[in-house]
Amino acid sequence: MDALTTPLLAGTASGALLLIAALGLSLTFGQMGVINMAHGEFLMVGAYTAYATQQVVTNADLSILVALPVAFVVAGLLGLLLEVAVISWMYRRPLDTLLVTVGVSLVLQQLAKDIFGAQGDPVVGPGWLEGTIPVFGYNWPLRQIFTVVLALGALTALAALLKYTSFGRRIRATVQNRDLAETMGVSTRVVDRITFFVGSGLAGLGGVAVSLISGTNPNLGRAYIISAFLVVVAGGLGQLKGTVIAAFTVGVVTAYFADWTSAAMAQVATFALVVLFLQLRPQGLFTVRTRGLT
Amino acid sequence: MSPKTLSLLRTFAPLLGIAALAVVMLVVAPAVLSPFRLNSLGKYTCWAIAAVGIGLAWGRGGMLVLGQGVFFGLGGYSMAMHLKLEAAGPDGVPDFMLLYGDGTMPAFWEPFRSGPFTIFAILALPAIAATVLGWAIFKRRVKGAYFAILTQAMAVVFATLLVATIQETGGFNGLNQFTQFFGYNLYDPVNKQMVYSITVVLLIVCLLIVWQLYRSRFGELLVATRDAEERVRFLGHDPANIKLVAFVVAAMMASVGGAMFAPIAGIISPSDVDATASIFLIAGVALGGRALFLGPALGALTVGYGRTSLSEAFPNQWTYFLGAMFIVVILLLPRGVGDLPRLVRSALDRRTSA
Amino acid sequence: MSTHTHAPGKRSLDYLEIRDLTVDFDGFKAVKGVDLTLLQGRLHFLIGPNGAGKTTLVDAVTGLVQGTGLASYGNQNLLTMKSHRIVRAGIGRTFQTATVFEELLVLQNLDIAGGVHRSAWGMLLARRGVPTYVEEALATIGLTALRDKPAGTLAHGQKQWLEIGMLLVQDAKVMLLDEPVAGMSAEEREQTGELLQRIGHERTIVVIEHDMEFVRSFADLVTVMHAGTVLAEGSIAEIQADPRVQEVYLGHQVEAVPGDTGDADQRSDHA
Repeated sequence: MDALTTPLLAGTASGALLLIAALGLSLTFGQMGVINMAHGEFLMVGAYTAYATQQVVTNADLSILVALPVAFVVAGLLGLLLEVAVISWMYRRPLDTLLVTVGVSLVLQQLAKDIFGAQGDPVVGPGWLEGTIPVFGYNWPLRQIFTVVLALGALTALAALLKYTSFGRRIRATVQNRDLAETMGVSTRVVDRITFFVGSGLAGLGGVAVSLISGTNPNLGRAYIISAFLVVVAGGLGQLKGTVIAAFTVGVVTAYFADWTSAAMAQVATFALVVLFLQLRPQGLFTVRTRGLT
Repeated sequence: MSPKTLSLLRTFAPLLGIAALAVVMLVVAPAVLSPFRLNSLGKYTCWAIAAVGIGLAWGRGGMLVLGQGVFFGLGGYSMAMHLKLEAAGPDGVPDFMLLYGDGTMPAFWEPFRSGPFTIFAILALPAIAATVLGWAIFKRRVKGAYFAILTQAMAVVFATLLVATIQETGGFNGLNQFTQFFGYNLYDPVNKQMVYSITVVLLIVCLLIVWQLYRSRFGELLVATRDAEERVRFLGHDPANIKLVAFVVAAMMASVGGAMFAPIAGIISPSDVDATASIFLIAGVALGGRALFLGPALGALTVGYGRTSLSEAFPNQWTYFLGAMFIVVILLLPRGVGDLPRLVRSALDRRTSA
Repeated sequence: MSTHTHAPGKRSLDYLEIRDLTVDFDGFKAVKGVDLTLLQGRLHFLIGPNGAGKTTLVDAVTGLVQGTGLASYGNQNLLTMKSHRIVRAGIGRTFQTATVFEELLVLQNLDIAGGVHRSAWGMLLARRGVPTYVEEALATIGLTALRDKPAGTLAHGQKQWLEIGMLLVQDAKVMLLDEPVAGMSAEEREQTGELLQRIGHERTIVVIEHDMEFVRSFADLVTVMHAGTVLAEGSIAEIQADPRVQEVYLGHQVEAVPGDTGDADQRSDHA
């Protein structure tokens, strides 16, 4: 049983982390067509926020609960800054935007190194997350369960936001037809900014969860970002459902491969599977029904 | 000047540029630079070779290749394997295999004892890899950011794989301590300069290839594909094939650059070929001007030089410069610094006409 | 490579035959079982209100959207072929918004269109001089004087002509033109119509059009589409007399037809 369930549960936890990271990416990519390569660094910022919070709120049981909203706001504001200062100046140049955010991610990584040092710092987990729960004969660490709960919580909140609030309706209108939404009186500029804030904030939340598992590290973003991108690519544009399925699939499949072979081979296999998957369901599929060619 | 001479001049001006570059790099540089600096210039030249290919794929073809480090690595590791085996002598085994393993050599190393096979592999491996990946991606009309992400993911996976296979590829340390280059002792400064000269000649060959490609009908079609991919379909061409050719040529050039990098730098390791290295390769192209003829090569030489001198002067700040350069250049000068003359000219025109 | 099954000249008349063509967009049938026979040498017009399925029909025949049924040309079913193969079989089209390669010269735009007939090796060579068929196309579309201008600097109407010129260089035997005169001045429309008449003899030309004045002046045969089906077919006089056409397309104001009626004029008037 162990050989089967261990990767399943551990993979679910890493899939949950991927989900939190990918939700924000998918949101901004779907709405604005912007690939934010600095998204991984927002994860890192979240992790360092958790670390910094712990220096102030020394009670480990409490600090993580304080860190969650703080990290959301800190990463969110950083995302907002990025949108206002850089991305909003380069509309309709998606590939260039991608490259600019590469530059931003390099700067943020170096900043983290200069402020906190190249070595990572540990984040003390709260006592109530120590221990495990036996599931199918596997002792599932509470920290991993916490990640899953956090991811599902973020997902539910985001889905509710999109579905039931007027802001959510504006986002969906903008995703479907930006120009039309604009003429209907939706200020797509404002919607973009809030979307960027929320998407980046989600990365901050993910960073807190990461810090509980592996501490902080200036390069932490890099470890997650590419898998998160693969999730977005496989999951489809601006689609929560696709992102959720893809995140958990990638997480679990990678865990099984890692169990059978090695972590490195698992990465190779996951990449190959995503490329193969695109053979069946290519994104950016050509479905022009307009009267011209774009 | 008659229109005819003007158009001739326009056609062959790039050749004058290549000639000037050749004189500076083959005659002037060896005369004025210390062997150490010349060797550094050799390294930048390897990056420039890869950059010429990126200019083709990205500048003219619109494919943002964020994983050229992989192809750079295929060439670099192929060459490095040959050099390790040369250093080990006939029937010898590379030193690190004794250090990390039991001294048995993986079978895939064996053919790299042969120099001709190594040269073949340096060209064939990237061509095969790029064809397989490009075919899978372009035929399914996956493009734009998706393509960029997939190539970047490829670089991450490649580096992870290298780090994990310490007994086969030297892992994190990579392959180093080469003694000979196709029979020539690498400790001899004369031979080092020869390797440098070969690299410069290869850069010139690559420039000549893209010169011909840019002025050919293929070049026109590539630009057409970049600007209106779907429209090209209605000219009776499959854009996938056009992009594939550019992608494969770019991969082969990156591989050649990597192959020369190994003997010049004396090492090839995962950090020379990973995602960050791939982004570094793009930086010079963006700076020089992605779609300009000499922009990518000159940009790569500049960024290479900047990396060395800035990290000597400010060890920790180099990354800030690189990051800031991306932001400033792409935001304000998307066509690169090489585009400045045109911008100035059009600004002056506007002033005089106003 | 493509098999050129049709041999120009051998058959007396070329034709494109469409049988039971249906295009289904996730349950919405934009084209429902359309039958059409398009003969060489006739200027065939396709008219109908917005949403009638005209462009979708052309999209299906040129491989841009999936359709079921049969679109037979020279023993091949176009519906099973990829876009670039359809072009190589001799079917060319234009788009409602003129799409030329703005950064390339007029000459290069035309030259690139001739690429279908070149070997892979020839693609790697630079252009030397101007091929005669490009010269001829330039003269036919009247852009000889502008051949060294970037296509992006052309006026709207000139871009449409350039697109038609590209089809000539491609040697398209069937030309499907989507609103070629939209946004053109009266004079330009006249010139376009004459151009189509000049090149129409050896080709099968289908024009989607809203501008009734233009249709009246140049149509040999008119097909009216409505809600994805063919409503009527015949000469312009027959069409105008058809009560069903008056009912669904022209409303009851047959007399008002001469101008641009209804939604059609929105597109014709701007630009």
